[in-house]
Amino acid sequence: MSTEARVATFPAADWSGGTLPYRVGHRKLGMWLFIVSDSLTFSALLIGYSYLRASNVWPTPFPFYPSIVFASVMTFCLLSSSLTMVFGVSASSRGEKEKARKWILATIVFGTAFIVLHLIEWKHLIDEGLRPFSLPAHWVEVFTTTDGLLPSPAFGATFFAITGLHMFHVASGAVYLGIVALRVKKLKHEDIEISGLYWHFVDLVWMFVFPLIYILSVDVGGHLAK
Amino acid sequence: MSVHAEEHFAGTNKLFTKVWIWLLILTLIEVLLAYRPMSLVVMLTILMGLSIIKAALIVAYFMHLKFERLSLILTIVPALVVCICLLFVFFPDSFRSAGLRYQFKEPPPVTAVDDENH
Repeated sequence: MSTEARVATFPAADWSGGTLPYRVGHRKLGMWLFIVSDSLTFSALLIGYSYLRASNVWPTPFPFYPSIVFASVMTFCLLSSSLTMVFGVSASSRGEKEKARKWILATIVFGTAFIVLHLIEWKHLIDEGLRPFSLPAHWVEVFTTTDGLLPSPAFGATFFAITGLHMFHVASGAVYLGIVALRVKKLKHEDIEISGLYWHFVDLVWMFVFPLIYILSVDVGGHLAK
Repeated sequence: MSVHAEEHFAGTNKLFTKVWIWLLILTLIEVLLAYRPMSLVVMLTILMGLSIIKAALIVAYFMHLKFERLSLILTIVPALVVCICLLFVFFPDSFRSAGLRYQFKEPPPVTAVDDENH
């Protein structure tokens, strides 16, 4: 980059006060920094899960129905909730607050649908006998390797910890958006955009949880069904 | 220069809908991949590649980062990517401990489930 171009893109005067160097308000910058730190939390959890998985015999117990069908519909709900959220932010930037409120309420509905579906999916697994530190007896039978290595009981711990923390983020996001929807007329546009940032981040995390937890644990041969 | 951040929110609803359709297509590919016979490493590589594309689409368009100032992007993205890459420093140990694993003689704890509850 030539010196002239650098001066135009990163003017030093930006940092001598009186302007917003990043052209975003301090609250929005704060949300971005929170998102960076929360990304690291989820990265650490997912990498910890991968670590355990690579060093153990890992069960791959998820059947097409209910697990994969539920997880796919849940992905659809979250992606659609992101779309309605972005419509809401877009409407708010044009000053159409009433429209923005409706889109945000639609986002909450999709988010709640995600949580309800996820809890039903959890209940399937809990009924089958999955617990944080123990496996259902028939899983152990099926997933013991031919040389007698037994599957890791940490499956439940990683599954419930990662999907649980994600679900908690969705639930707190729904409450946050509920407050934003109630106060939409009093809030500045940027505050609505910030709530959107948080919501899209929750969606983004699921884009990694879904393939790593669900897609890679599909019971392809249908071993459990036999 | 104004102290207020810009109110303008770039991108049309048509663009956002297009991004949403792409995200759905990529998700569908992931689900279909689950039922293709392939080695875990190949599958993991493809899945992570697709996930990174999806994450980039969400960050760039839905989170609007593509339309923000370059200095903000450079402050947020590279540091995060470096930190996440550094977490992978543990992996050689994971593969090593797979070989050193304690050979269980007793079965791991299993959950006692009442059969009538199914």
